[in-house]
Amino acid sequence: METSKLTPAKIAGYALMIVVAFVIGIPIFWMLSGSLMSTRDILNPNQWLPSTPVWSNYPDAWNSVPFARFFLNSLIITVFGAGSKVVLGVLCAYAFAFLKFPGKNILFLVVLASLMVPSQVVIIPNYQFMSTTIRNLLGTEGNWVNTYQGIILPSAATAFGTFLMRQGFMGLPRDVLDAAKVDGAGHFRTMWQVILPMAKPIVVTFGLIAVVGEWNEYLWPLIITNTDNMRPVTVGLRLLNDAEGNNNWGIIMAGTAFVVIPMLIVYTFLQRFIIDGLTAGATKG
Amino acid sequence: MAVNNEPMSSAEWNPQPIGEAFYQPKGSFGGIFSREWVLFLLLILPNFIFLATFTYWPLIRNFVLSTQKVNPYTKASSFAGFDNFEWLFNDRVFKQVVMNTGIFIVCCVFFTLGLGLMVALLLNEKLKGRTAVRAMVFAPYLIAGSAVALVWAYIFNPRFGLLAMMLGWFDIGSPRWLEDPDWALAAVIITYVWKNMGFAAVVFLAGLQGIPKDLYEAAKLDGASAWWRFRSVTLPMLSPISFFLVVTSVLSTFQAFDLIDVMTSGGPVNATTTLVYYVYEQGWMAQRWERAAAAAVMLFLLMLTVTGMQMLWERRQVHYDGN
Repeated sequence: METSKLTPAKIAGYALMIVVAFVIGIPIFWMLSGSLMSTRDILNPNQWLPSTPVWSNYPDAWNSVPFARFFLNSLIITVFGAGSKVVLGVLCAYAFAFLKFPGKNILFLVVLASLMVPSQVVIIPNYQFMSTTIRNLLGTEGNWVNTYQGIILPSAATAFGTFLMRQGFMGLPRDVLDAAKVDGAGHFRTMWQVILPMAKPIVVTFGLIAVVGEWNEYLWPLIITNTDNMRPVTVGLRLLNDAEGNNNWGIIMAGTAFVVIPMLIVYTFLQRFIIDGLTAGATKG
Repeated sequence: MAVNNEPMSSAEWNPQPIGEAFYQPKGSFGGIFSREWVLFLLLILPNFIFLATFTYWPLIRNFVLSTQKVNPYTKASSFAGFDNFEWLFNDRVFKQVVMNTGIFIVCCVFFTLGLGLMVALLLNEKLKGRTAVRAMVFAPYLIAGSAVALVWAYIFNPRFGLLAMMLGWFDIGSPRWLEDPDWALAAVIITYVWKNMGFAAVVFLAGLQGIPKDLYEAAKLDGASAWWRFRSVTLPMLSPISFFLVVTSVLSTFQAFDLIDVMTSGGPVNATTTLVYYVYEQGWMAQRWERAAAAAVMLFLLMLTVTGMQMLWERRQVHYDGN
């Protein structure tokens, strides 16, 4: 029960909460306000709000770089990248949780050890793989630079997801699994009809982590794409900055708002789920 | 993203045999023809193929490339031992890059966790609206780095940005943030802290709420002051989670790239070039792939050291309570 009596300590607490809310909120406000400003308003240093909202900044930003295509690319990369992580992770986690194999623990360590190799460390050989190795393998002029498979495949597997979901699977109550065994259910039926429904929270949590990660990925898509029509939104925003030069902040902020606003809307509805999901790796286990 | 590179805490590093040998497949013969063994291999195969192709093999190739001498014109390569590393250590820019990376990591981690802990302590009090503030603080963590970078580049504009305006209230002239080598790194750090503080706050808050209330009651009965209760109950009980946050934050600040690329492109005059950015510059801008590979090896070894220290430290220092 929250007490309603205001003590000086509480007043100080509320004051601090307001400060925190301002520190986080004002940059977002500044972006929204700037996205509706004319260049003259922008250049006026004491302008908090647009003198008259310039709504045309939004269509101008949308048309200045191929935003629709950026969103399509991000969608494709996220769906296939996160989808493959979830599927491969579930299969691998199931094997490690429920199947017998000699040397299984060593193989599991091999999966875990890959967590110590950040993707940034291997970008050069992976780039060479997508360009030179693939060209040699295919024996053609083409390679996988600037293709969807080139963007998606290096992050198609998941060690983190395998670990997280294996933990989740092993925490499931034994008796239900025993029942499935008595029923004579095969492995795929057990996985699909018993394990996945019961372990749904952890699978969905990992799915969320994968989706957010893929959507926000920046370095690899920047490197592996070289034409505007293959860039995801994250990299495309940078192009908007280059295209608009240094002072057209109204249009740049409008383009930024295209990226930020949908995210914040989704977040408003799913905040509890998203916060719990993204911090699951840190607060549980 | 940071979450994908989380090292495991020792409590998790403990493969328990629950469910192991759970299935006795019908008609199992044992040996390599066991259906269960075959199924196991089939299920792990896709994940292993990708990990091998895009993590382990490139790691080896990266090591190999870092020991090559590549003629920039003919592209002919030959073994050169540690020449590339020697070149790096003699490179004035690389020295600065190592400095930048150190400053960036220490400042980002210190302020992200320090402010995160303060916000968590605040939100741990029974104040109305704290759930909303928690959600707000966490939001920037989700926003794409390039979007955050553009918003802050606008805020840092020395002529008409938000900060210039606020400094103007006190008659202070704004530094030329992103164009000034003395201020650019600070600007990127501020942006990084704004974006990531919420994650630390939420994790700290979960830790605070996991501290048993009776510990505080007992301390109160002993007549401990609020500060003393914080020192003797809160801090020690938070130590596992703080430790976890320090390590994961260090590892993810090592990898920070998008903010730097969009805000400053590593400049001005290398003032914000960190190790990751240097790899990118040496490779994709200067086309000196072997030097980039050597820098990537350095990045790998440094991060490995952090992870190794975590494992050693965890074994002796931090007490994971209860389980």
